[in-house]
Amino acid sequence: MSHSQDIAHSKDYVFSTETTPQTFTGNQGLFMEEPLIFEQDTPGLTGVDWPDVEVQDIYLAGLRRQSIDLPGLSEPQVVRHYTRLSQKNYSIDAGLYPLGSCTMKHNPRLNEKVARMFSDIHPLQPISTIQGALAVIHQLSNWLMALTGMRAVAMTPAAGAHGELCGLMAIKAALKARGEGHRSLVLVPESAHGTNPATAAACGFSVQSIPANDRGRVDVAALKKALNPDVAAIMLTNPNTCGLFETDIIEIAKAVHEAGAFFYCDGANFNAIVGKVRPGDLGIDCMHINLHKTFSTPHGGGGPGAGPVVLSKDLAPFTPLPYVVMTDKGFDLKEQAGNNDLSIGRLKGFHGQMGMFTRALSYMMSHGKDGLKQVAEDAVLNANYVLACLKNDLTASFEGPCMHEALFDDSFLKGTEVTTLDFAKAMIDEGFHPMTMYFPLVVSGALLIEPTECESKETLDQFIGTLKYLATQAKQGNKKLFHEAPRCTPRKRMDETKAARQPILKWTRKL
Amino acid sequence: MRYLAHTPARRKEILETIGVSSVDDLFKDVAVSVLNPSIEGLPDHQNEWSVEQHFRKLAGQNRSASDGPFFIGGGIYRHHIPAAVDHLVQRGEFLTSYTPYQPEISQGTLQYLFEFQTQVAELTGMDIANASLYDGATSMVEAILMAQRITGRKKSIISGGVHPHYAETAQTYAEFGGFSLECLSPHTTDFKLTPDTACVVIQYPNFFGEINDFRELAKICHNNGSLLVVVVTEIMSLGLLEAPGKLGADIVVGEGQSLGNGMNFGGPTLGLFACGEKHIRQMPGRIVGETVDKEGKRGWVLTLSTREQHIRREKATSNICTNSGLCVLGFTIHLSLLGAVGLERVAKLNHAQAVKLRDELLKIPGIKVITKNFFNELTVELPVAAEPFVESLAKDGILAGIPLSRLYPGQFSNQLLLTATELTSDEDIADLCSAIQSYLS
Repeated sequence: MSHSQDIAHSKDYVFSTETTPQTFTGNQGLFMEEPLIFEQDTPGLTGVDWPDVEVQDIYLAGLRRQSIDLPGLSEPQVVRHYTRLSQKNYSIDAGLYPLGSCTMKHNPRLNEKVARMFSDIHPLQPISTIQGALAVIHQLSNWLMALTGMRAVAMTPAAGAHGELCGLMAIKAALKARGEGHRSLVLVPESAHGTNPATAAACGFSVQSIPANDRGRVDVAALKKALNPDVAAIMLTNPNTCGLFETDIIEIAKAVHEAGAFFYCDGANFNAIVGKVRPGDLGIDCMHINLHKTFSTPHGGGGPGAGPVVLSKDLAPFTPLPYVVMTDKGFDLKEQAGNNDLSIGRLKGFHGQMGMFTRALSYMMSHGKDGLKQVAEDAVLNANYVLACLKNDLTASFEGPCMHEALFDDSFLKGTEVTTLDFAKAMIDEGFHPMTMYFPLVVSGALLIEPTECESKETLDQFIGTLKYLATQAKQGNKKLFHEAPRCTPRKRMDETKAARQPILKWTRKL
Repeated sequence: MRYLAHTPARRKEILETIGVSSVDDLFKDVAVSVLNPSIEGLPDHQNEWSVEQHFRKLAGQNRSASDGPFFIGGGIYRHHIPAAVDHLVQRGEFLTSYTPYQPEISQGTLQYLFEFQTQVAELTGMDIANASLYDGATSMVEAILMAQRITGRKKSIISGGVHPHYAETAQTYAEFGGFSLECLSPHTTDFKLTPDTACVVIQYPNFFGEINDFRELAKICHNNGSLLVVVVTEIMSLGLLEAPGKLGADIVVGEGQSLGNGMNFGGPTLGLFACGEKHIRQMPGRIVGETVDKEGKRGWVLTLSTREQHIRREKATSNICTNSGLCVLGFTIHLSLLGAVGLERVAKLNHAQAVKLRDELLKIPGIKVITKNFFNELTVELPVAAEPFVESLAKDGILAGIPLSRLYPGQFSNQLLLTATELTSDEDIADLCSAIQSYLS
C-alpha cells in the first residue's frame, strides 16, 4: 500500500500541529532563505567584465549621471541567487498545473531551441536580409487560418487582451466604414473573462451583461432581446468559461448578424476544439488565439504572450500594420498605410512577438494536423475523466460532458467551514498547484480544473485521489488541515491585506 | 506523438470510465455539420529533427547581426548578454510557471519581480515601478491614459522626437479609445499647452539620438497642471545619463529589451513603467508588494489588484492581463550581473564607440552628423539617398543603420540613423567608413 493510500484509509489520521522546524540558518533542507539581491551588495564588484574607458562629457548635454545605487555581485553569486529563487516556484515541469482557462501544457524544449535561431536579427534590417523571419510569420498565419477557417489574421497583438482590443477596433472601423459608427454597445456574458468588458471599455464601448441559463450557456432569449440597432458586437468565449461548448452558437451568430452586429469570440479555450471545430464554420467574425495557451509557448511566470486575431472576410481589410505580404520577389512587410487602406493602424512597436511565433509554429509542425486534433480530443478526454471521477465528491456545476475543463462549485463544502481557498491551499501541501478559483463568477466558490492533454492517467488518478481525500477530510470536520494550509511551503499563508494597505513596492536602503 | 500521454488502449479505458463509447460522444454539444472538418493544406506530425531542420533552413535565409558590422538601433538594440542570463531564464521553474497567483508556491517569481521593480525605480529615478507591460510603445500609451485619469483631461501632446512606432501606436489607441492626440512633426519643439492638456510626451534620448535637457519643459507642464511623460527606448543610456525622475518627469516609460533580451526581430520585449508614489492607484499592470506570512516571515504577493480587469472588469485602469515575465527575468538578471560598476562601464563603452563613429564619419567628405548630444545613436546626412545605400551595403555584409525614410515615408531621404554599442568594434567602424567612401565614389 502506498503512502497516500495508507493515509487515505487510516480513520485515525490526525493532523500534526507542529510548526515549521527551527534551524540556525532559517533554511529548511532544499528550501533556502534567500535575501534580496540588494542585501547581497559588495560595492565595487561586478559579474561582467567590461573595460573602464574614460569618456568626456562634451556630448552629454550636461546631464551626466552622478550615481546609481545597484548592488555589486560576482557571477557565481548571481547564478546562485536566481537558482535559489527558481526553487521556490511551482512549475509545469515539476507537476500538474490544472489552472482552468490557462491551458498549462508542456512547453517543448525544441521550441526554445528554434526560437533562439531567430534571436540575433533586428526588425528594421533591410527586407532582403530577413526573408526567413517573414517566412515564419507567413507560415504561422497559414496554420492559424487553416485551423480556424478564417480569411485573415492580425499577427501583431502581444497578448490575449491585446488581441481583444485589436478585434474590437477592427469591428469599430468596419461599422464606421458602413456608416454605422453610432453602434456603441458590446454584449458580454456574465461568465466572461474580466478582460472582455475591460477591453470593450478601453475601445470606447459601453458594456451590457448577458445572463447565463441553468445549463451554463448563454441565455439565447435574453441575448436576442438585448440585440438592438445600438449593439456593435457580442464577445463570447467558446468553449465558455464553464468549460462548456455553447450549444446554440450557430443560432447566436445568425441572430447577431441579423441585428447588424459582429461576433467576437474569445479564443482562450481553443485547445478544446483545435482540429475538431473551425470557428469560421460557426459564424464568428474574429477571434484571438493565445499562443501561450493552445500552442505551448511558455507562460514564463506571467508572459510574454502573443494574441494573433483571425478575421473574417468582412474584417480582413482592417488588419493592423505591419503585415507580411508575398510578392514575386519574396516576402515583403507592409509597414505604412496607403491612401485607400482601411487598416486600423499600428498596435505596438515593430512586427509582433516573433519569439512566440517560432515556438508556436514549431509546436504546430511537431503535432501536425493529425496531432492537433488528438490534442483537443485528449484534453477533452482528460477533463471528462476528472469530471466523471469527482462528480460525487465535489459538486459538478453543470451536466456533462464538458470540454477541456471541469467546473465544480463549493456546495460540497457547505457547513464544513472550509472555503474554496482553504481547499486550494491544502492541495498545495499535497504537491499540486490549485485549480482556478472563484472564476467564473456564475457559480459559488468556483473550482475550475483544466488538466490538459499532457497528463497521464497515473497523474490524473493521483490528483483525483487527492481531491477525494481532501473532500472527505473537509466533510469529516478536519478543518485544521485546511485552515493551516499550506504547511509544507517556503512561506505560509501571506498577509495580502497588509500588502495592499501599506504598500511596500521596492527595497529601500536602511540608513 | 511525443507530447501526448495516452496509448489508444489507455484512451479506451478512460472512455469506459467516463461511460461513453467514443471521444466524439464528448463533443455531442457541437453540431455534427461542423464537427471534424477536413483541414486542407496542413501536414501531419513530424519528428523533432525534421522540425528543427525546417527552422534551421529558414534561419539561414536571414542575415544575423553577428555576421558582420552592424549599426542598427532605433528602439531595439544589440548588446552583449552574459551566458548566465539565458541559462537561468530557461530553468523550468521560471519558464513553465504561471502568473504568481498562489504566492506560497511562487515566491521565486514574486521576489524577482519585486527586485525588478526596485531596479527600474532606481534607473528611472522614480518612486515606484510596475512588474512590466507588453513593450515600450504600449507602455507609453498606458502612460497617456493614466495621465488622462489623473488630470481628468482628454488631450495629449507627443513630441516629434518620440519613436514613430510609438506615436503611431498612440494614434491608433486615440482614434478608437476616443481621446485627442497631437503628434508634433520631427524636430519641432513647439508644445502649445492648453488648459485641457493631460500630458506632454517626450523621448530621452530622442529617436534621432539627441539628448535634450527637459527641465524647463517639466516646469511648463507642471505650471499648466499637466504631466510630463518621458519615454526611454535605450534603457542602457541611464547608466550614463541623469535619471529622468531627477529632471522632472512624472511618469517614465520605456523599452527594457537592451538588458538581458536579444533583439528577437522586435518581440517579445518588455515595457517599463515607473511613476510617483502618489499616483500608485492609477498605475496599470501587475504590481508586487512586500508583506509577511502568518509566521511573520517576509515574503511577496501580487497587490493592489483592485485596479485590475479581473476584479474591476469594465472599470479597470487597463485591460492588460499579461506582463512580460520572462523578459523581465532576463532584464533583472543582466542588471544584477552588471551592478552599478558594470552598468556604468558598459554605458560608457557605448558612448565611447558612438563618439568614435562620429569622429570617423566626419572625416568622410560630404557626410554630416546632425545629432549634437547623444548616447549611442547618431542621425547622419548622406550626400545620396539612404535607402539604396543601405541595401547596397547589406549586399556587402554591412548592416549600415536605418534609412529614416523607412519610418517617415517621403521625408529625410538622405538621412540615416546609426547606432554603436559595446559590440561595435573599431574595425566595424573602419569597415563602414571605407564602404561609405567606395559607395560615394
